[in-house]
Amino acid sequence: MSLDNAAQMTDPREEALERAMARYQYSGDALIEVLHAAQQLYGYLSAPLLRKIARRLMLPPSRVLGVATFYHLFRFAPAQHHSAVVCLGTACYAAGGTDLMATLRRQDGDGGWTIEAGRCVGSCGLAPIVIYDGKPMSKVTRAQLEARIKETHDSGNTAPDAGR
Amino acid sequence: MTAETLRQTRDAELERRKGIKNRIACCTVAGCESAGSGEVRAALEREAAAQGRAGEVEVRGTGCMGWCSRGPLVRCSSNDTIYAEVTPADAPALVSGDAGRFEGRALTTEHPFYAGQRRLILRNSGHADPERIADYIAQGGYQGLLKAVTAMTPPDIVAEVKRSRLRGRGGAGYPTGLKWELVARHPSTVSYVVCNADEGDPGAFMNRSVLEGDPHRVLEGMAIAGRAAGAEQGYIYARGESPLAIERIRTAIEQARREGLLGSRIFDSNFQFQIDLRIGAGAYVCGEETALIKSIEGKRGQPAPRPPYPPESGLWGHPTLINNVETFANIPAIIENGGDWFASIGTASSPGTKVFAVAGRVQRTGLVEVPIGTTLRTILSDICGGVPEGYEFKAAQTGGPAGGCIPAPFLDLPMDYDSLTRIGTMMGSGGLIVMDTSTCMVDVARFFMEFCMDESCGKCIPCRAGTVQMHSILERITRGEGSEADFWMLEELSALLREASLCGLGMAAPNPVLSTMRHFRGEYEAHVREHHCPAGHCPIHASEEVHS
Repeated sequence: MSLDNAAQMTDPREEALERAMARYQYSGDALIEVLHAAQQLYGYLSAPLLRKIARRLMLPPSRVLGVATFYHLFRFAPAQHHSAVVCLGTACYAAGGTDLMATLRRQDGDGGWTIEAGRCVGSCGLAPIVIYDGKPMSKVTRAQLEARIKETHDSGNTAPDAGR
Repeated sequence: MTAETLRQTRDAELERRKGIKNRIACCTVAGCESAGSGEVRAALEREAAAQGRAGEVEVRGTGCMGWCSRGPLVRCSSNDTIYAEVTPADAPALVSGDAGRFEGRALTTEHPFYAGQRRLILRNSGHADPERIADYIAQGGYQGLLKAVTAMTPPDIVAEVKRSRLRGRGGAGYPTGLKWELVARHPSTVSYVVCNADEGDPGAFMNRSVLEGDPHRVLEGMAIAGRAAGAEQGYIYARGESPLAIERIRTAIEQARREGLLGSRIFDSNFQFQIDLRIGAGAYVCGEETALIKSIEGKRGQPAPRPPYPPESGLWGHPTLINNVETFANIPAIIENGGDWFASIGTASSPGTKVFAVAGRVQRTGLVEVPIGTTLRTILSDICGGVPEGYEFKAAQTGGPAGGCIPAPFLDLPMDYDSLTRIGTMMGSGGLIVMDTSTCMVDVARFFMEFCMDESCGKCIPCRAGTVQMHSILERITRGEGSEADFWMLEELSALLREASLCGLGMAAPNPVLSTMRHFRGEYEAHVREHHCPAGHCPIHASEEVHS
């Protein structure tokens, strides 16, 4: 508990966000840049964080929420322990991306996963692609993916990004 | 930087290279990276040191070498050969120059994949280190800007670009010179140059590869545009999903600033130009120019009615010159070699080369740059090795969600803007996806409609509601529950979206449907009348059981 308090008092993320806003002279035009910076620091955009950005950039909160929700890359809830992005660009779709998506969905019984359909990642020559816990897997077959999932489960389902 | 220091930098780099016997270039971009090029590069560096050849062997990361499906690719300058499917275990042989172990994996420039290409935009990609400005300068970089600033007036530059007859590489093919002229002639004192690097078409990764492999070429093209249009500020709007491209642009901008190639008093003249990077956040519609402008201004990326067009009123209401990455990448060579030189490549109405991202059911997939007007057959059969054994070619899809498909009877069609439009598809940004007979064309149309439905920004009703309606009809047909009336409704809705949508996304959304209905009508009819998917892809039987 005391550790948490100490961390809050001198949260380096706050300073970093302040620096990011200062770099753009707190201009409302830089809202998207600031949102990128905030998400990178905090992992996702919480309501208090969005309100704070609105205050600092002197924008109506509606504008900040409106912009943040317009773009796909912004998240409003913390990421799960594991993540998988299945590319569903044309080449990956034609090579069976949806089947891989279904495979991932099936095993997500405990809900510890962030599973997303990705827009083309641009490695179409190696379709289908799955970005598994941040690492790209290419020419993925269902069997390969299942083996990889089993591996993750067997290793105790520990978060790869624990401590972040 | 002055003309003199540019020459010195070039000479110094060329001099330095003389001492190096073998420059080993590792592709470090997406395709090869996911195949493990990072480990290969580390192994090569370790090996060069271990064999005591660190001075004569230089290991560098570079951009795309084209044949992505055989990555990781490594190029040795000593014999100008590319080695495919390299593993860390190959490092000792590559460093010592023992080519014996690469049976079947050594690709020379005579290999059909490379021999059939003409690389102008990708000239440095796979040769030069994109993270070193000296590499670009040594390859003749920034000579175009030098000429534009010291030996040409802005109207000269516009005239040269007009003479080249370069057409915008973003898809629509608008003459670049005309666009530049509009901005240059505008009396406003403030204007902007914007590079559209928001390449969002699924299956298209040419722009990203240019930025990852040769970012300075794009910066140079933008600076020349700035000089021609009287702009002092440029923006690159890059796709948030391409972290490496973003990193490389950042590095390149920083280096160019440090060397005085961006900033004030470029080449000791009174010309000044800055470039800033703006990062998109995953909205396909932002590839549309008015939406992109809104996004740079920090707003929701929703398009605005045109006119006024951006050359009159763009960023913050000022005249704005927007071109695509590949368009800007063509500029330095046009200025250096002249518009007539450029116009002699390709076809009369569409000069120059085009980079295609070839994917799907062909032997060799990756990036292919050919003169415009090269036939589809040449690209697919000669360069890409054709469809693999056991599969049969059905169609090639171009232009992404705004394009259409080219069926087998049109294989000898020259790939230029006008020929493609004539058969109901478009050049688009350059994605080229090959489909075999196991792909259902109705499902392809449904797939693209789903994409447009998800990406519709919601501002205008024809696009917002029309894409949803069209998608549900197409889905019904793929389930085997369509009716004859659906054909009529699809055509009616297509006409409506084309006529009434606010921007290109909605106007072009029906294209894949119309194109597949035109060339593969029989397949639609089989789904509707016989409840049968000829490609064997759609799960019709399952749903029939449920309903009976």
